[in-house]
Amino acid sequence: MYISTFHLMPHRELPDDFEKRYKSIWVTAPFHELADPKRVGQYYNWTFDELIAAAKAGSDGICTNEHHQNAYGFMPSPNMMGSVLARSTQGLNCALVQIGASLPGTQPPIRIAEEYAMLDAISGGRLVAGFPLGTPMDINICYGITPIEQRDRYREAHDLILKAWTAKEVFPWNGKYFQLGQVNLWPRPIQQPHPPVWIPGSGSTSTFAYTAEHDHCYCFLSYFGFKSVSLAVRDKYWETCAKFGRDENPYRMGFLQLVGVSETDAQAEKDYAKHVEYFYHKGLHVPPEWLGIPGHQDYQSMANAVRNPAMARNFAALKEKRFKDFVEDKFVMCGSPATVRDQLKELCKTLRVGNLMVLLHIGSMPHDLTLKNISLFFQEVAPSLRPMWEDDWENRWWPQALRHKAPEGVAA
Amino acid sequence: MSTVTDRRVTVWQNKISPNVKVAGSGSPVVFLHGAGGLIWDPFLDKLAERHTVYAPEHPGTSSGDPDAIAHLDNLWDLVLYYYELFDALGLKSVPVIGHSFGGMMAAELAASNPERVSKLVLMCPIGFWRDDAPIPNWMTISPASDMPKYLLYDPEGPVAKQMFGAPDPEMQIRMIWCMACTGKFVWPIPDKGLKKRIHRIKAPTLVLWGSDDRLVPAVYAEEFSSRIPGSRVEMLGQAGHVFTLEHAEKVAALVEGFLS
Repeated sequence: MYISTFHLMPHRELPDDFEKRYKSIWVTAPFHELADPKRVGQYYNWTFDELIAAAKAGSDGICTNEHHQNAYGFMPSPNMMGSVLARSTQGLNCALVQIGASLPGTQPPIRIAEEYAMLDAISGGRLVAGFPLGTPMDINICYGITPIEQRDRYREAHDLILKAWTAKEVFPWNGKYFQLGQVNLWPRPIQQPHPPVWIPGSGSTSTFAYTAEHDHCYCFLSYFGFKSVSLAVRDKYWETCAKFGRDENPYRMGFLQLVGVSETDAQAEKDYAKHVEYFYHKGLHVPPEWLGIPGHQDYQSMANAVRNPAMARNFAALKEKRFKDFVEDKFVMCGSPATVRDQLKELCKTLRVGNLMVLLHIGSMPHDLTLKNISLFFQEVAPSLRPMWEDDWENRWWPQALRHKAPEGVAA
Repeated sequence: MSTVTDRRVTVWQNKISPNVKVAGSGSPVVFLHGAGGLIWDPFLDKLAERHTVYAPEHPGTSSGDPDAIAHLDNLWDLVLYYYELFDALGLKSVPVIGHSFGGMMAAELAASNPERVSKLVLMCPIGFWRDDAPIPNWMTISPASDMPKYLLYDPEGPVAKQMFGAPDPEMQIRMIWCMACTGKFVWPIPDKGLKKRIHRIKAPTLVLWGSDDRLVPAVYAEEFSSRIPGSRVEMLGQAGHVFTLEHAEKVAALVEGFLS
């Protein structure tokens, strides 16, 4: 099992009545009413300190991500974050999981190939290259990319980046969306032929197929625990892998889970309840129609989502739920080390997840509590999860230099 | 009530086979629908009493071939595609009526090759942008709770109930995909250069607008009429963006008067 620490870098101090006063945390939330640039600088620095603390505590990887015009998580440039983290974690066995820079919104996309190669070089070959499609709010609304072209642009950018990393000669790229006369990337990644590729997703069936076809790792970013939706995603994903002749290596699948660890279950409720509610009530305060902008999903995924609106129902019900419901429905795992340990084991086993990502800073959590969560998690919870899958599978989607030592004869 | 037949036509190197709804008899007229998709409504019925109405479905929105839209990359492709479709239907020079997105396309067709469009009816078309009258992005509006306010004069009235009353998943899928396929040519702001081309229009033009249009405000009527020589504006009172549903008879009479 490989465990990475995810961070959104959210606004930690939104007003109590935020979701009543404002239409959305994304796109239209007014910066000057809600935030102070100096305080935001503090958030960025806390975020660095928390991710570095996780790396020092034994996190296998640290994750950054890209979002725009919002208070939910505002790292518009994950690679600026990654650059600081690459330098600050020199000498640690910690991967930089850039999950990452959005392909359809970056023009030209070789910018991502260049920046990821820089990060791989600076970090000494510790990069995991996330290839996100980007949310409709980020890519369609904020960055103006035509929804129905988003996936097609993504696929072209994916092919261009991989070719830019691996080609030995200068080559022209005559694409539909991108035309470049002479591509000759400087620098190149240390990892050969290229860094491992992870594709984050929220359950679109076409993304499963794309990931399986290219033999990448699929990371399900759900927030909705591992009950109904996740089980459906699991079944469909592994079925798709089989269809493409892929093995059942659990490291093909990543999963993001919100986690809060305290000394006891009761203390965990005291510590985390309000921050969990802040995350779900304010952090995910987005008009549902923005998640389904026409064309963002291909026809079949959209038709599936309209006929079976499980995800939309989950989303619509969030404001009704309280901490106890989020725990009960396993949206979050909060409790004593033993409680969290058992639940995470069950999750990883049930979903067949080898690359677990944990969100240890949740919503409005202050810096000190986050450090406590990180420390308890890596001291008391992570060690007992580590042996999972290790005897049978190798994590082919992890930087070679950082892979755990596998026993002889383990399937790669 | 006229008999409406579905005619499948194959164009664009045999890659796109749109469905064209055809009804009535008499001189031909083409109707280009808006972003929400083609609905055969009482206005088209009225029109079919004196004309052969050809109402093509936007590429990608005819049943069974949602990916047809991938064969048209941009507005230039789409304009040429329509000339091919006219050829396939045997329409050399024809009156074209367009609503909203279809209105913009009608104007583009009339501007690009004035010989193909003999008369032009623009029903609250998109195609221009004014910072003092921004057009809300209909693709980001909640269909259930907010769309009636933007589309209709009376968001609570019978037309609203008929359009948005009981959402049927299959209808929703059709509408969403139609917005996706039309949005390809206008996202995120529906100003794609018509202002540089509109002066080329030679067809006699009627511009129709609902005075209470909350999606594409009536100030845009002037943007069109001032740029099309000899055009005429009819402003409809107590009318929203889909005034063909709200005032079918009146609109049909105005259009008929203009065409004849």
